[in-house]
Amino acid sequence: MTDRDYARLVRETLFAVAPDLDGMEIDPDETFREQFEIDSMDFLNFVTGLSKATGRDIPEADYPRLETLNGCVAYLSGETG
Amino acid sequence: MPSLGADMDAGTLTEWLKRPGDQVRRGDIIAVVETQKGAIEIEVFDDGILDAIAVEPGQKVPVGQVLALIRSPEEAARATRPVPPREAAAILAAPGPALPGAGGKAAPTARGTTISAAGGRGPKITPSARRLARQRGIDPRDVPAGPDGIVGLREIERFEGGPRKPAVPRPEAGEMRRAIATAMARANREIPHYYVSTTIDLTPLLDWLGRENARRPVERRLLYAAPLLRAVALSLGKFRELNGTFEGGEFQAADKAHVGVAIAVRGGGLMTPAILDTATHDVDALMQKLNDLVRRVRTGGLRSSELSMGTVTLTNLGENTADRILPIIYPPQVAIIGCGQIRDEPMVVGGKVVARKAMDVTVGGDHRVSDGRTGARFLNELTSRLSRPEDP
Repeated sequence: MTDRDYARLVRETLFAVAPDLDGMEIDPDETFREQFEIDSMDFLNFVTGLSKATGRDIPEADYPRLETLNGCVAYLSGETG
Repeated sequence: MPSLGADMDAGTLTEWLKRPGDQVRRGDIIAVVETQKGAIEIEVFDDGILDAIAVEPGQKVPVGQVLALIRSPEEAARATRPVPPREAAAILAAPGPALPGAGGKAAPTARGTTISAAGGRGPKITPSARRLARQRGIDPRDVPAGPDGIVGLREIERFEGGPRKPAVPRPEAGEMRRAIATAMARANREIPHYYVSTTIDLTPLLDWLGRENARRPVERRLLYAAPLLRAVALSLGKFRELNGTFEGGEFQAADKAHVGVAIAVRGGGLMTPAILDTATHDVDALMQKLNDLVRRVRTGGLRSSELSMGTVTLTNLGENTADRILPIIYPPQVAIIGCGQIRDEPMVVGGKVVARKAMDVTVGGDHRVSDGRTGARFLNELTSRLSRPEDP
């Protein structure tokens, strides 16, 4: 999958969790929490959705890397650092 | 028409989901009512046969007014003819006693038609049609209306078109705010509040949670809200004066704890649906119920029992909020428990100052029913349970 594919997956997963946000622009570097009032319940459902879509288990320790769109894309595409 | 909260005095019947002659069982959804909090599903409290209905869809009905008749199976067997609606309306129109609020035996009935959801724009779409459309990924605005100009369940079921972006109806933010204002103003007027607070060392709970979540796949992980809710529900068992209702000058202790959970609506607003018999559910079940409640607060499908049967409320601020809240009791309840955010704090453990995870918990109590000492003893009980998360 390309970065573009991952970005689309992240968007779709986010909007599945919070359908009221569907269609909104996502600032790729701002956290979802700041932009959209995503709370920890939403976030857990979001991570669960990503895990199901990619078939990867995502440990709690990695959650901080998934707080922005760009962070998610970097994590999912396996970039380090 | 059941009372669905201290802030409600009337509701608009929008749709009947059962017809006269239908068998109904306790817990069945029988009608949908539109309130300031959005569309609420009304449940039946008795088994029987739906007999006569007295309220047509679109009618605004005050709390306590009879909506319809349910006959017990024995009565129905003896009846020689069905009661025609107009005659039923006359029978039922005689003013009766106001039905009790929490858990009252309201028997809503009405043969359904549906009512417009979105503020007057486009075809009228029933709440249940919207729900089914959303499930199927259909935009209900694409669906042609039936001969009565309304898009109902039947029209959605027949629609052959493909899925589009789903429409998600939400209660009007202004209406919800007005409902909250009414309830909170009443609480301030009528309830003499006392407040007691304590700072709880949440480190043992969070350590336990980390270990639990490490050995669970993502979809089964827990948020701290679930074991917190369970500990609160279990702790209430010993404190009758914190769990019940105060109405007509009298306190009525509830025999079970149905904890209302404060859930924020994105964009403003708050609802407090209850998880019935909270203490009987284990932590996993509570986590699922919390998740389900949050979803239904946002997208609809809350049930009347969830809104009318709460015996106490828990408001958990969550992350990145504030250290402490002094919450206002939701009438006619007699207590509320407020939790602040988890913060790093130096605390004394084993004679040494150590960095711990702290959370402030405040009990707001109705001073007509209990004293600060009751609240304080409850907080001690809660602290004790949270200190041993494996065995609360």
